[in-house]
Amino acid sequence: MIHFSSVNELLAFKSDLTKKADSSKTRIRICSTGCRAKGALKIRDAFHSEIKKQKAQIELVETGCQGLCAYAPVVSIDPLGIFYGKLSEKDIPMVVAQIAAQGAALNNHVYSEKGKFYPHLSEIPFFKSQKKIVLRNCGYIRPTSIADYINRNGYMAIAKALGEMKPTDVIDEVTKSGIRGRGGAGFPTGLKWKFANGYKSDTKYFICNGDEGDPGAFMDRAVLEGDPHSVIEGMLIGAYAIGATHGYIYVRAEYPIAVEYSTLAVKQAREMGLLGENIFGTGFSFDITIKQGAGAFVCGEETALIASIEGRRGMPKPRPPFPAESGLWGRPTVINNVETLASIPQIILDGGGAYAQLGTAGSKGTKVFALAGKINNTGLVEVPMGITLRQIIFDVGGGIPHGRTFKAVQMGGPSGGCLPAEHLDTSIDYESIKQAGAIMGSGGMIVLDERNCMVDIARYFLDFCQKESCGKCVPCRIGTKRMLELVTRFTQGKAETGDIEKLHALAESVRDSSLCGLGQTAPNPVISTLRYFRKEYETHLHDKFCPSGVCKGLFRYEIATEKCTGCTLCAKNCPVKAIAGEKKKPHTIDTIKCEVCGICVEKCRFNAIAPMPNKQLNQVKK
Amino acid sequence: MKPPTASQIKGVINGFAHNSASLVIPILQAIQEKFGYVPPESLKAISRHTGVGRNKIYGILTFYAQFTTIPRGKYIVKPCRGTACHVRGANNVINHIKSKLNIEDGQTTPDYKFSLETVACLGTCFLAPAMMVNQDYYGNLDEKRIDEALKECT
Repeated sequence: MIHFSSVNELLAFKSDLTKKADSSKTRIRICSTGCRAKGALKIRDAFHSEIKKQKAQIELVETGCQGLCAYAPVVSIDPLGIFYGKLSEKDIPMVVAQIAAQGAALNNHVYSEKGKFYPHLSEIPFFKSQKKIVLRNCGYIRPTSIADYINRNGYMAIAKALGEMKPTDVIDEVTKSGIRGRGGAGFPTGLKWKFANGYKSDTKYFICNGDEGDPGAFMDRAVLEGDPHSVIEGMLIGAYAIGATHGYIYVRAEYPIAVEYSTLAVKQAREMGLLGENIFGTGFSFDITIKQGAGAFVCGEETALIASIEGRRGMPKPRPPFPAESGLWGRPTVINNVETLASIPQIILDGGGAYAQLGTAGSKGTKVFALAGKINNTGLVEVPMGITLRQIIFDVGGGIPHGRTFKAVQMGGPSGGCLPAEHLDTSIDYESIKQAGAIMGSGGMIVLDERNCMVDIARYFLDFCQKESCGKCVPCRIGTKRMLELVTRFTQGKAETGDIEKLHALAESVRDSSLCGLGQTAPNPVISTLRYFRKEYETHLHDKFCPSGVCKGLFRYEIATEKCTGCTLCAKNCPVKAIAGEKKKPHTIDTIKCEVCGICVEKCRFNAIAPMPNKQLNQVKK
Repeated sequence: MKPPTASQIKGVINGFAHNSASLVIPILQAIQEKFGYVPPESLKAISRHTGVGRNKIYGILTFYAQFTTIPRGKYIVKPCRGTACHVRGANNVINHIKSKLNIEDGQTTPDYKFSLETVACLGTCFLAPAMMVNQDYYGNLDEKRIDEALKECT
C-alpha cells in the first residue's frame, strides 16, 4: 500500500489512475447499499454469474445510493447511459445480453412516467432538475475503494488547503461560500469554524454528526454508505482550519453499512497517510475514531452527542458555552453534519464564490432531501436552494400515486411542520420555509395525501418526541406528555370544547421554555397543523369524525352506489368478509363486522369507498 | 437459555483499556453484540474495569434504546414506526406481527425464537412500510409478505 508523504506523491498517484482509466469500457453500476433491502445482493450475484456465462466484457461496480430508490434494485450502465430498475434475478440474462449487444433498452425495466419511457438516465425528469455536489460521487464510485475516490478529485481539496492555504484562508473560503449547517439549524459553517479557531487550547476536536435520528430522513446514511471519504476529507479540512488534532464520526448503530464503510474508509485513509501524524509532510496531524450511537434521538443535539461520546447519558447542557468554546472534555469542538462536511471539499476546490452562485441570497448551494411517503419517486434528491416545493414534489418526485390529491408535506421531522397545498410555491431556503411554518431540518420530506389525518400526524410526532425526551427539563418531559394526552383525546373522539385553545397554549409554553432543541421544537408539528388544518381538529372535536379515515372509531366506510361497478375486488380482499354484493352490482359494507382496516379502499379502483361520520355506531360499538 | 458466565463476560471487557469512562458505551455494545443482551451481573465487572460507578452504568444502560437487560430471541423482528412507514400503514404491520407472534413490543416468544422491537426509523423510507429481521430488510409490507418473511425464519 502506498503511503503519501507529500502532495506531489498524491498527484502522481492520481495521474497514474487517470491514465489507466478506460471510459469506453462497459460497466454496470449497481447500488448495493440502500437497494440491499430489495435484494440487490442477489441481483449482483446473478450479474456476476451471467456475465461469466455469456463471456461478456462487462465490469460490475458496486456503488452506493443512486437516488431513485422507488425503482430499487437499480443499475446504471456506462457508457450507454441506460438506467434500469425494479430488477429481479430472472431478468438478468436478458439485461446482460442487451448490454453486451448494445441493443435497444428493455422498456419493461426503464423509468416510465405518464405512459412515456425514459431509457436514458440523462432524460429522466427525476434526475434533470438535480444538481449534485454532496452526492457528486454517490452511486458512481465504489465506497469501499479509496482509489475510486481519489480518481474523482478526492483528497485534492485537502492537498490544496495544506499546500496553498492558511487555516484562516480556508475559513474565509467557507465563509464566502455561504454554506449553512445542513443538520437543520442552518448556522453558518464558516462562522462556527472562525469561533473555534479563535479559542486557544492545546487540544481541539472535530466531530461529524451522523446521528441521523429524524424519522423519514436518510441523507446522511446514503452519504456515509456511498461516499465516506468525502466526509473524512471534509473533516480534515475543518480540522486544519480550527487546529484540531482528533476527530470523531458519530454514526447511528442502526446503520450497519454506514458503520462498516466509514470504518473501512478511515482505515484506508490512515494506511495511505491521509490521516495520522504529519500528513503530506506538512506537520499537520489529525486522526478519526468511529463512535457508534446507541439509539437515542436526543444525541443528535450537539451537547447531548458530546455527553454520549464522553460515555455518559446523552443529556443536553444549556448553551452558552457553545461547543466551539468548551465542547468535548471541555475543549473547543466543532460539530458539523455529514452533508455539510461532504460539501466542503468541493467548496475548497472550486472556491467559495462558485458555490455561492447557487441558491438564494440567504441560502447558498444545494440541499439533499429524502423524499418519502405518498410520492411516486421515493428516493434521494439534491437540488439547488431556491427551487419550489412544487418542483421537488411534482417534477422531481413525479407527484402523488394512484391519482390521489396532495394534502401536505411534512418537512424537518419531529421538529418540523406540515405545509399545505397553498404553500407549494414556497422557495426552498431556510427563511421562507421557516416563515411558512416548517423548518429545513435535515431534509426529510414526507408527502401526505387526502387519506392522512393531520391530527394523527401531530399525535405521531408528539408520541415520538415524548418517548425520546431525555427527561432533564420539566417543560419537555411533562409538557410533551400532556400535549400527547390532549391530542390523543382528539383522535379518540374524547376531546372537549376548549381543548384546541389549551393545546395551543401548552405548545407555546413548551416551545418557549425547554432546554434544548428537542423540546423547543417538539410542539412544531402541533402548531403547524393547528395553523393550517384547524378545521380537522374541529371536526374531530365537534362531529367526532375523522374525515381522512384514520382515527379508528371516528368513522365508518361506506360504498357509494353510483361509483361502485361491482368488480368484487373489495369483497375478495376483505379479511373479515364484511363486504357483500353480487357481481356487477353495487356492494355494501356490514359496519358491525367491518374493522375499518382500509384494505378495500386501497384495492378499489373507482374511488367508491369513503369514510363517513358515524355517531350512532360509536354507541353500539362502545 | 443459559446466561453467560462471569469469565465469558470478563473476556469481552478485557479487550478494552482500563479506567476510561468513555468506554462504557462501547463495552456495553460489545457485550450486547456477543450475548444478545447485557446481563445485569456484568455491571460489577464493567464498573471495576472502567472505574465508573454501577449506578451510572445502570443509568446509561437504561437510557439508550439499543440496550436490553433480558435475553432476546434468535430472530429480532424490527418493524419501523418512522414517519414514512406510519403514513403508509405501519400500525397495521405492527399489529399483524403482534397477533402472529402473540407477543407485545419488547417481548420475546417463550421458545426464544422471536423478539419484537419496534424502531423509530430504519432509514429505509422508500420501502415503507418496512421492517428488519436480524440484518435483513423487508419492504412494502402487507400481511402476506410479513407471513412469508416470518416463515423464512427457521
